[in-house]
Amino acid sequence: MSEDSIHGPADDTAECGRRRFLSRLSIMVGSIAGVIVAIPSVAFLLGLRKVPHVWRTVGKLEDFQIGTTVKVAFLDPSPLPWSGVTARTAAWLRRETAQQFIAFSVDCTHLGCPVRWLPDANLFMCPCHGGVFYANGTVASGPPPKPLTQYPVRVQNGTVQILTSPLPITT
Amino acid sequence: MRIIRFVWNWFDEITGVSGWLIPLAKHPVPHARRSAWFYVLGSATLFVFIVQIVTGIALASAYVPSAGQAYHTLAFISGTRFGHIVRGIHSFGASAMVILIGIHAIRVYLFGAYKYPRQMGWLTGVALLFLVLGMAFTGQLLRWDQTGFWSVVIAAEQAGRTPFIGNWLGHFILAGDTAGGATLSRFFALHVFFIPALIFFFIGFHLYLVVRNGISEPPKIGQPVDPKTYRRWYHDLLHREGVPFWPDAAWRDAVFGFLVIAAIVALAVVVGPPVLGKPPDPSIIEASPRPDWYFLWYYAVLSLIPRWSENYVIILGPAILIIVLILLPLIAYKGERSPFKRPWAFGIVAFIVFMIAYYGTVGHVAPWSPRMSAPPLPASVIGATSGPVADGAKVFRDKGCEFCHKISGYGGIRGPDLTYAGDRMTPEQMETRIYSGAPNMPSYNGNITQQQLSDLLAFLTSRRRRPATALPLSSSSK
Ligand code: FES
Repeated sequence: MSEDSIHGPADDTAECGRRRFLSRLSIMVGSIAGVIVAIPSVAFLLGLRKVPHVWRTVGKLEDFQIGTTVKVAFLDPSPLPWSGVTARTAAWLRRETAQQFIAFSVDCTHLGCPVRWLPDANLFMCPCHGGVFYANGTVASGPPPKPLTQYPVRVQNGTVQILTSPLPITT
Repeated sequence: MRIIRFVWNWFDEITGVSGWLIPLAKHPVPHARRSAWFYVLGSATLFVFIVQIVTGIALASAYVPSAGQAYHTLAFISGTRFGHIVRGIHSFGASAMVILIGIHAIRVYLFGAYKYPRQMGWLTGVALLFLVLGMAFTGQLLRWDQTGFWSVVIAAEQAGRTPFIGNWLGHFILAGDTAGGATLSRFFALHVFFIPALIFFFIGFHLYLVVRNGISEPPKIGQPVDPKTYRRWYHDLLHREGVPFWPDAAWRDAVFGFLVIAAIVALAVVVGPPVLGKPPDPSIIEASPRPDWYFLWYYAVLSLIPRWSENYVIILGPAILIIVLILLPLIAYKGERSPFKRPWAFGIVAFIVFMIAYYGTVGHVAPWSPRMSAPPLPASVIGATSGPVADGAKVFRDKGCEFCHKISGYGGIRGPDLTYAGDRMTPEQMETRIYSGAPNMPSYNGNITQQQLSDLLAFLTSRRRRPATALPLSSSSK
């Protein structure tokens, strides 16, 4: 194939303009096709699942003794049908006074490992890097930069309820 | 026979396959002589990748990527005879890929094979290295046992340290507010479609470049790369002493690849796949998540660096690593290739290998993790069954001291070993430490009664080396 047969006569400016137009047209329609497919796909990926915040009953008032901390488990407010056990969440619930409770997220504020309550030591201990928190959630020692995250908690009609919340992420 | 030949000729006539396949197979490559066995690492990585595709497809045909069922499907797969082996191959194959791609990168670096005109070969290789690590991480997660579940949470928390967008990024990894139903499918898609698609693309590009620019010749001292003359020189070299790739060089790829695959399958049969942990139930908080071996060193580094630097290291560490790897061929694209003329290259490689091995071992031991499942001290260690020493031993256990302090081989190693605490510290010093705490030890001020404290001190001061004259324990027990 000679050069000419591909490009046509070099001096034909009308032909040149036509080819430039056709190249631009092809690139443009190709890009538009890409964009109209990408927009919904990416938007779908970026659309994070927000769960409604609802009050979950975790037990009766008399189930909890004043001054003790116990683990309670509750369900995601709107679990996806295929969530299975991952729809569950745990929290550490401490009864301060007759009507007052504190609920702590089990996630360590360092890197999120589940902290454990040592009842005799009155401390929370993290198995990952040994972060320790006092009974009121403040940092006692180790890497955690912040006190344990608290969930809102209330007493209603003789039951204790925790407000479900997103996973706390330390930034 | 004749019919096969007929079909082949027909096929070849309409496709022209032999027109490019035969020259491709026979294209001349440098005669690598004594270095020849160094050139088998890249192909071995590719072979293992194919093993991963085959076993991955087999696994995906039974795995259900649903947060509630993935764990059960894996248990099911592991329960069948061949499923067990296939999981084992996939798991050891993953390890082999990480190791092989790592050694391959080291080989290319030491041989200076990233220099002109092979810079893009290095860059696509860097992309492949990180994609393989991405596969390793997402793969561990798809096991979706307790460790898999908490790995997502920890990954989200680490991403959370990114400036400005941290919180959003963390939740993006979770695919929502919490780790749950939506999370696993996302990682499944990453592991099975997205990352492999990128890997295919980069492998294709990488191989194309290998063919276009030619396999690098073994470096020689005093033979620096000059971009102006290199191509010409390389061309002449091939002309003078090149050998056909197939079979002169390819047989080594085949033999080494076979040995690697045989080792993977043997390990899968003999050792088997990693055991599934507890189910991914976030309300079971007795969890001690650990990364698989490839990330243990990183876990150790993050655990050991000073606390103020943590936010920088989590984000900047990997970023700097990537930037250095990208800049390398762009800056050092000419000059000496021989590692003997680049002695720091040996130094850097030795340093990296040592760091990964050393911190990997440290990460395996994880001295910073409290040993929360340590058994209580037996009476033989305590040396008393009643009285203050025995009571003090109970306090030592109840207050969580044992999880971090070792005594006679029991307990954690986060804090100092207290086996001979009585020899090292006075009761007053102990009391001060217990009350004041330390950066990694909580203060027990207000958290311990007078009685408990005096028992604890009685127990700790009794931790002494036995007088040299006393009979060894073993002979008295006989
Ligand atoms: S995650 Fe709790 S101390 Fe690191």
